[in-house]
Amino acid sequence: MSHKINPEFQEKAKKAKDKKASLGKDIDLSSYQSEGSGSPLQIAPGDIAAEDKHRMLSAGVMLDDLSQRSGTFIQKDNTPIHHTASQEGIEVMATSEALKKYEWLEEYLWKAVQVDADKYTAHVELNNADGYFIRALPGKKSVFPVQACLYLAKSKLIQDVHNIIIAEEGSELHIITGCAVAKGREPGLHLGVSEFYIKKGAKVTFSMIHSWSPEVEVRPRTGAILEEDAQFMSNYVIMRPVHSLQSYPSARCVGKNATARFNSILVATPGSHIDTGSKVILEGEGSKTEVISRAITTGGTIVARGYIEGAKPDVKGHLECSGLILGDNGGIIHAIPELKGSIAGVDLSHEAAVGKIAEEEVEYLMARGLTREEATAAIVRGFLNVDIVGLPAELNAELKKAIEESEGELF
Amino acid sequence: MSAPDLLVIEDLAVSVDGKDILHGINLVVKAGETNVVFGPNGSGKTTLMMTIMGFPRYQVERGKITFKGVDVTHMPVDERARLGIGMSFQRPPVVKGVKTGDMVKACLKARNMTGDLADLAEKTHMTEFLNRDINSGFSGGEIKRSELLQLLAQTPELVLLDEPESGVDLENIALIGELINELLQKGCPIHQRCRSGLIISHTGHILDYVNASTGYVLFNGRIISCGASPRDILDNIKNKGYQECATCPIK
Ligand SMILES: Nc1ncnc2c1ncn2[C@@H]1O[C@H](COP(=O)(O)OP(=O)(O)OP(=O)(O)O)[C@@H](O)[C@H]1O
Ligand SMILES: [Mg+2]
Repeated sequence: MSHKINPEFQEKAKKAKDKKASLGKDIDLSSYQSEGSGSPLQIAPGDIAAEDKHRMLSAGVMLDDLSQRSGTFIQKDNTPIHHTASQEGIEVMATSEALKKYEWLEEYLWKAVQVDADKYTAHVELNNADGYFIRALPGKKSVFPVQACLYLAKSKLIQDVHNIIIAEEGSELHIITGCAVAKGREPGLHLGVSEFYIKKGAKVTFSMIHSWSPEVEVRPRTGAILEEDAQFMSNYVIMRPVHSLQSYPSARCVGKNATARFNSILVATPGSHIDTGSKVILEGEGSKTEVISRAITTGGTIVARGYIEGAKPDVKGHLECSGLILGDNGGIIHAIPELKGSIAGVDLSHEAAVGKIAEEEVEYLMARGLTREEATAAIVRGFLNVDIVGLPAELNAELKKAIEESEGELF
Repeated sequence: MSAPDLLVIEDLAVSVDGKDILHGINLVVKAGETNVVFGPNGSGKTTLMMTIMGFPRYQVERGKITFKGVDVTHMPVDERARLGIGMSFQRPPVVKGVKTGDMVKACLKARNMTGDLADLAEKTHMTEFLNRDINSGFSGGEIKRSELLQLLAQTPELVLLDEPESGVDLENIALIGELINELLQKGCPIHQRCRSGLIISHTGHILDYVNASTGYVLFNGRIISCGASPRDILDNIKNKGYQECATCPIK
């Protein structure tokens, strides 16, 4: 569904349409099908096929009971098929509709993510992608999380998505996004652009669960801009197989005392290639960040990146990356933590550790009567059991449940 | 009629990372009895316990360990735990992300015990620790209580306690004593008791709370004295030093 086309973005996108991404395996876009987004539909969750719903649930999106949600959005392939907003002051709709409704929204397009960053962002623009628009009005706080599902059903398709999230001054927004595919081993490519604008004193928590399949390629492009006293917390979980995923979400703490926190839980099964990390630029005085990742390979490859740049005095940033190599299936974890300080008075640090499970810990648990397998599983669970600071308790419990379910399939 | 032997160690020699530490240990723990092991730092006390528990790093070079009539010399540590050997560690590792409460639940499950987590935690003053990563940031005394909490869940027939009182303050030592007594069924008449203990102690403070029948002195990987009451041994050590205990009568 086409919204007004901005010639400037189109021009830039055209120039970048063959521009390879600086990281990750290059993907030949011509080997996939592109399709335009259809007009947003309004399908009742009850009318969505049970099988699809089940897949969506695997990514944390529940459609059978919407009472614990402040809003819901579903996009299947390139077409939004459902959106509801059930709390006053919280808006949930298709990006195309929001652009029609609000002329000012134009100003937010491609500000947190560059349209010509690479050929994937360019494709999203040139294909006039739809996606979700979620906004909390000034001072409004979402009681329950808003959930959004990006569902890839058609084989060999490029799913283009352009999401815009705005938390107005003093508002609070909790979002769960689940990305899932229809069952099978069909190839597909997901290109998802997400732009976050977090205004003065606003708070956004964004929990994303990826549930792809072994033939799917994934190239999300995420950017966030944080104003004074804004808080952004991103929790990212990928535990199921994927062919390759490359992303490097970035947050710019532009305002004074803004805080960005990224937690990632990454599991690479044999055949999966995951290259991800978080990038935070501390441009506002007193801004802070914490970037934490836990990576496990059972045979796949994980490149766990992290980059913090301190450009103002009194900023503080910490990177932490722990990797665990399980079994002997050629799994690789490559941690690349980077810090850059360009002024005196910054306080940046990082910790990285990659290894196998400590035998001493396994034996300690075995001395309590656990078998070696049970002890190993308990330690692995513990490793992934990151205490997520600042997430509402209910949401924390949901996220933990989702993690435990995936663990059940893995270990 | 004397109680049956629960643990029998015969001529046990042990090496750690290629270094010989224990040289021919003989020791018997009878069902329902508690024995104490004394000995200077580095004499091999912890090594002895770790070997009884079955940690692979402690290599048995010679000799035999029998528990409940079963030769456990080469049995894996987890099987020994399920068979009924339990240990309180001198320096247990931190296991990140594994909650103390989950450890207790795992202890109960491994031995099919029905104990109640909340009750056990209250008894050991550990309620507030259930949600903390096991041993992470625990003080010396808290580690001891956490170890006893897990042991109470396991209810082993043979309890190995490696310095249960070291680093414990005067008030907590009474609690530790009480908990050990519960582990060792002090409430039961002696002839009905079947649980036994082997306790490593430097100070003997624990003897004020726990009734121990036999003491051993370990010196340079050898038992140089045994049989006398633990208190007499302690007095001897205080008066003459460890080495002189070799001249104490062996029962
Ligand atoms: N891996 C090792 N390599 C070499 N020597 C070791 C190793 N592990 C332990 N030892 C040595 O074995 C000896 C016995 O150690 P153990 O821990 O059993 O002593 P202990 O009697 O428990 O002492 P303490 O009273 O200090 O706790 C010590 O000298 C110790 O240094
Ligand atoms: Mg010791």
